[in-house]
Amino acid sequence: MPEPLLQAVNLSKRYRDLVAVDGLDLAVRAGECYGLLGPNGAGKTTTVEMLEGISTPSGGEVRFRGEPLRRDYAQVIGIQFQHTALQEYLTARETLRLFQGLYPRALPVDRLSELCALGSFLDRDTRKLSGGQRQRLLLAIALVNDPVLLFLDEPTTGLDPQARHAFWRLVEGIKAAGKTVLLTTHYMEEAERLCDRVAIMDHGRILVEDTPARLLRQHFDGVLVRLPESALPAGLPFAHERRHGQLEFQASEPEAALRRLLDHGVPLDGLYIHHPTLEDLFLKLTGHALRS
Amino acid sequence: MERFLAVLHARNLEFFRDRSALVWNLVFPVLLVAGFAFAFSGPERALYKVGTLQAAAADPAGRAFLATRHLDFVAYAERERALEQLRRHQLALLVEFAPTPRYWVNADAPAGYVVERLLRAAGADYPKETVQGRAIRYVDWVLPGVLGMNLMFSSLFGVGYTIVRYRKNGVLKRLKATPLSAFEFLAAQVVSRLAILLAVSSFLLTSCSLLIDFPMHGSYLDLLLIAFVGCFCLISLGLLVASRTASEEWAGGVLNFCSWPMLFLSGVWFSLEGSPQLMQWAAQLLPLTHLIDAARSIMLDGATLLEVAPQLAALTGMSLLFLAAGARLFRWDID
Repeated sequence: MPEPLLQAVNLSKRYRDLVAVDGLDLAVRAGECYGLLGPNGAGKTTTVEMLEGISTPSGGEVRFRGEPLRRDYAQVIGIQFQHTALQEYLTARETLRLFQGLYPRALPVDRLSELCALGSFLDRDTRKLSGGQRQRLLLAIALVNDPVLLFLDEPTTGLDPQARHAFWRLVEGIKAAGKTVLLTTHYMEEAERLCDRVAIMDHGRILVEDTPARLLRQHFDGVLVRLPESALPAGLPFAHERRHGQLEFQASEPEAALRRLLDHGVPLDGLYIHHPTLEDLFLKLTGHALRS
Repeated sequence: MERFLAVLHARNLEFFRDRSALVWNLVFPVLLVAGFAFAFSGPERALYKVGTLQAAAADPAGRAFLATRHLDFVAYAERERALEQLRRHQLALLVEFAPTPRYWVNADAPAGYVVERLLRAAGADYPKETVQGRAIRYVDWVLPGVLGMNLMFSSLFGVGYTIVRYRKNGVLKRLKATPLSAFEFLAAQVVSRLAILLAVSSFLLTSCSLLIDFPMHGSYLDLLLIAFVGCFCLISLGLLVASRTASEEWAGGVLNFCSWPMLFLSGVWFSLEGSPQLMQWAAQLLPLTHLIDAARSIMLDGATLLEVAPQLAALTGMSLLFLAAGARLFRWDID
């Protein structure tokens, strides 16, 4: 296996009596999109900020190309923060100029505008941008120095579905241009669509790390079947789990599931059969929903 | 350097496009000075004020002079106080009738000449003495104070508040993630504000000179240097206050805590001469005191740079102290 581009080794972060990140290891390979998933409070943002070199780890180490972070690390990475304000009274173009001035090498505004579809609002005051336009501008800022490694921290949180899909297309373009992306997100659809590999974390640790398909194969066998608990107060007459008002069990294939239910004379009202998703995996691993 | 210029340019744009701040920076002080000009330099009355000492003992010629119509005679008990008023052009002439009659005029005051002719015409052939001194109206005296006060508020809040706001809303965190160094960022903030303040002050001084005829006995260049050093000191204090907090309320409180004592103790509105020694010592610890003292000396007394060297030294020393502490305490974001 080639040496990872970015690596966290036994990384930890403590705030007084709180352990936010607890001996975390991960490795991001060059050219891939790596998704870091977890519920609120799992330590995602803390982890990412250490990987970005913004905050200092309490223990462990972050390595870029096999070496500890150096001063010029800021020149080769790009960051889209989850919460960030832009300087007021500047247009999108002026904001990009400001950030261009901060790097020794910078992409021209035209190129950034093309990459992030900024054309329609380049000369508008940044306070007057819509949510989607604002995220695209923040993405352009993250790309201003033509980074090798791009951090996207919940880039589509709060966007409407249309803006989210538009944003995904931009990220796919950036991936195609050969950039390495580290993405944190709440949205499973986003992770499944964009990420080559994902890690699911909770309580400051990584629980599993692999490609979405392989993770699902490892943890699920076939399909997931759900029935509303209200229709079956006594539960199912075979092994199952109760979760959020649902009765749930796994079967190798839909036919097998149906046969089992019919054999036991279970009413099929409200029956729901689907292929497991990362969301299901997350529920299984942590016991709580990603967007709780 | 390029990074510094990029931040400087962005900050300047932000300032000039923030109309509300711009208006307050430019219009408020002009209004204030105009108000003072209106309140304190109303139409001159066509009446001459003459100070008298021992008027009861006047000889016939003196009594004839005292009977002159349209002169306002003010009796004084202390000669020194009356002379001080004469030096400041508050009196046109001062006569002492006993033990030996004599009179004083201010060589710099045209009114003295007129009243002296009246005195002579009344037949009083008293020996004459002269004093010198320029007329100082309150509005002339208060103008350096008001300009200094404006510089103080604009320096402290313009830099301190802005940085705290940047820290609170994440602008600083975003900049931290770039190769920009803290020094480059802070230097750009200081230079931007300094340039703006000097431009605004020049504009204000020009506007004030159109509104009121204030005395300027020193060099404008020296005054600009004082303003520069004074602003630098106050901006440094603003940086120190803003070095690590992300709470605008807290920073606003601390900035008010810094500015109100200066408003009262630094001689913006009234002189501290004659106030308790402790207060005068305390005033020496405030940057604005030195800024206003030096500006007044230059404008009213025509002081040279050498004469205001102590104030310049005090301001420079405080600047270094504030900057060193501010740079040491500075944090991009709240950890």
